[in-house]
Amino acid sequence: MRKEILFSGFGGQGVILASVILGRAAAVYENLYAVQTQTYGPESRGGASKAEVVISDEPIDYPKALKPDCAVFFSQEAYNKYLRTVREGAKVIVESDLVPHRDEEFEKKLKVYALPLTGIAEETTGLSLTMNILTLGVLTAWTEVVSREAIEKAVLDAVPKGTEEINLRALHKGFELGEKARTEGL
Amino acid sequence: MRYPFPVGRSDFIQGDEAIARAAILAGCRFYAGYPITPASEIFEAMALYMPLVDGVSIQMEDEIASIAAIIGASWAGAKAMTATSGPGFSLMMENLGYAIMTETPLVLVDVQRGGPSTGQPTLAAQGDIMQAIWGTHGDHSLIVLSPATVQEAFDFTIRAFNLAEKYRTPVVLLTDAEIAHMRERVYIPNPEEVEIVNRKLPQNEEEARLPFGDPHGDGVPPMPIFGKGYRTYVTGLTHDERGRPKTVDAEVHERLIRRIIEKLERNKENIISYETYALDDAEIAIVSTGIVSRSAVRAVKILREKGVKAGLLKLNTLWPFDFNMIEELAEQVKKIYVPEMNLGQLYHLVKEGANGKAEVELMPKIGGEVHTPMEIVERVVG
Amino acid sequence: MYLKSAYEIRDKYLRKDMLPTIFCPGCGIGSALQYTLRAIDDLGLNQDEIVWVSGIGCSSRVPGFVNFDGLHTTHGRALAFATGIKLANPDLKIIAFMGDGDAAAIGGNHFIHAIRRNLDVTVILINNFTYGMTGGQVAPTALKGLRGTTAPYGQFENPFDIADLAVSAGANYVARWSVFNYLQGINSIKKALSKEGFTLVEFLSPCPISFGRRNRMKTSPELLRWYQKITVPLAKAKNMPPEELEGKIVIGEFADRDRPGLVREYEAYKKRAKKMMGWEE
Repeated sequence: MRKEILFSGFGGQGVILASVILGRAAAVYENLYAVQTQTYGPESRGGASKAEVVISDEPIDYPKALKPDCAVFFSQEAYNKYLRTVREGAKVIVESDLVPHRDEEFEKKLKVYALPLTGIAEETTGLSLTMNILTLGVLTAWTEVVSREAIEKAVLDAVPKGTEEINLRALHKGFELGEKARTEGL
Repeated sequence: MRYPFPVGRSDFIQGDEAIARAAILAGCRFYAGYPITPASEIFEAMALYMPLVDGVSIQMEDEIASIAAIIGASWAGAKAMTATSGPGFSLMMENLGYAIMTETPLVLVDVQRGGPSTGQPTLAAQGDIMQAIWGTHGDHSLIVLSPATVQEAFDFTIRAFNLAEKYRTPVVLLTDAEIAHMRERVYIPNPEEVEIVNRKLPQNEEEARLPFGDPHGDGVPPMPIFGKGYRTYVTGLTHDERGRPKTVDAEVHERLIRRIIEKLERNKENIISYETYALDDAEIAIVSTGIVSRSAVRAVKILREKGVKAGLLKLNTLWPFDFNMIEELAEQVKKIYVPEMNLGQLYHLVKEGANGKAEVELMPKIGGEVHTPMEIVERVVG
Repeated sequence: MYLKSAYEIRDKYLRKDMLPTIFCPGCGIGSALQYTLRAIDDLGLNQDEIVWVSGIGCSSRVPGFVNFDGLHTTHGRALAFATGIKLANPDLKIIAFMGDGDAAAIGGNHFIHAIRRNLDVTVILINNFTYGMTGGQVAPTALKGLRGTTAPYGQFENPFDIADLAVSAGANYVARWSVFNYLQGINSIKKALSKEGFTLVEFLSPCPISFGRRNRMKTSPELLRWYQKITVPLAKAKNMPPEELEGKIVIGEFADRDRPGLVREYEAYKKRAKKMMGWEE
């Protein structure tokens, strides 16, 4: 079982943190092997940002994604750059407000779940910043790459003290949306 | 004893962080460093942990001073470490030679990045292999370890301290920017699970009088550390068994340098470490070290699926080097490929080892990216 | 002050098998060494709790001749090594024997940073305006016009005033004498060894072979007479206009203060860390 998950967007959206939380959920709370790698743009705020997580039940050789099984796109630039690197049939989450121009042709080969994630996060918690945690909820419930308990524990490990409740609210909203995608067979 | 990080369980941390935690568990209580990408996270973790475990972490004025300080600390009895990257590693060459000459146990981590000079500060490379082995002037030997995963970065750091103490020698841990910043599952053992080796101390007056002799016949003299009444004199000049400078005596010089080299050479079976994958019936061998080995394992799997009898030899230590093992491998296989993140360094050692028994081909890659498995596969199948 | 015989000091503190020393006839290093050993003796310090540290140069060979723990290191780096020794075992007292080139040229950065940190160390600095061991090249302390093999027509650069530098960088104790001022020298070293933090005693020290010979002072007495001419006691210098001090070297005690040393600062830092992390009250 080797699963590759790609997170991408621009700096400040919490792309890297989301990938670290997912890796931690797998490695620490699911007892799976996991590795997370990242690349930054020229600036840590605003530049292009990409992170990859590889999860497996056996030791991981090549630590980077070869053909991602899941991908998250938070920006048009990231979408344009990385969409065509995912494998056929990959589950892809797109921030629909931030990715207005879509590659409909290629998306036919994928399972795409497009949502105005930032807006939903803002509605749910009052903070658009919680968008990355909400997305982890969507990803977890939809793909079941890790359990909800594991991701919840990893989120609590990672977020600043005093923000636990808000982040859990975002995560649970994500579960709801992911569950919907899963039951609808997306 | 209380630890400033969880022990006895797995964690999900960066390679740099793993090295810092391993050092603490290995008994390191002195760290001196100078900020440099991509090694700074090791220093930052040590800065956080050391005061809590009654150790020292200090930011020196440069890398020359950093290695100097850890040599001083080692002679005062502490297990000591510094970490740096290419530009700092170059500055450390002077005192790395001093540590070899004075047989000072220490661990020096070099997180390789693209060079020469300032080069590519944030990107990985394997361009310091030759420098780690041969960088300081004069005839010498030391131990060089090379991890490929975050778990290995952790495990090899502990091993580095133990080897340094056992053989009274500096040990270089050669990692790279990729492993430094990659987060991976690592098992952090309970302190009771960690094997700890401590340096030999003099057991009597006679041994204390010969800090650079060979009273046990193993080439490794006990170390009369400072402040115990031994009145040890330590110098980087050529010295006799008692430590007295003898700078124009050819015999003394040869005896000293040969012992320093041979104490590792004759223990090399206990020092050298490697792993193989699908090598038993291989006709094509890949020899690699560090992060590239992870691409190479995957490449071997793909090649086997294609019906190519490929196998991997992954070197965990780069020095001492087992030239005989490479020659035996060369007798078994038709061809040896050496993928490395430079324009040919490990390649030269492998070629010397192969001794003409098999063709050795370099697969160089520079610029900061690790070889992809397919790059290796395509090179082999053409 | 009662002075023991030099033989008594020699027998008690020098390694007999290392004698004779490498120092040339007329060299001042032996005098500075004798003053240091007398200070240790007078203070009754434990020989086994002192480590002598040095870099490279004539004066750096001193730790080899004294019967103490000693670390003879690389050129200019003595204080960086000393930082490790002292912090790893604060019970040890460190004496660094350094030369002018060692401390102010190749080791200049280590020197000012060791002072900035207030590393607990006593530096005995031999200033002979030259690189004696390598054959008389100009040192960073050489006054303008003095000759060396690398400035055969007379030094054209400005000199460092090492004592002044140490005061500015924050040393707890700084004094400068010529080796001719033996009582002041011994007393300064005693003071230096008794204090916490960075302490420095600089000696103008004759090097007739590599330095004097190239500057029309072939013997040690000639050099000492020259020191008498160019040195000005601090009290007198205070009332002299700058023009008159041009080309002169002020001697005396330049700093005597009690800022906390590095060891004490680090101990407090460890306590702060444990408190901030909730490990201790």
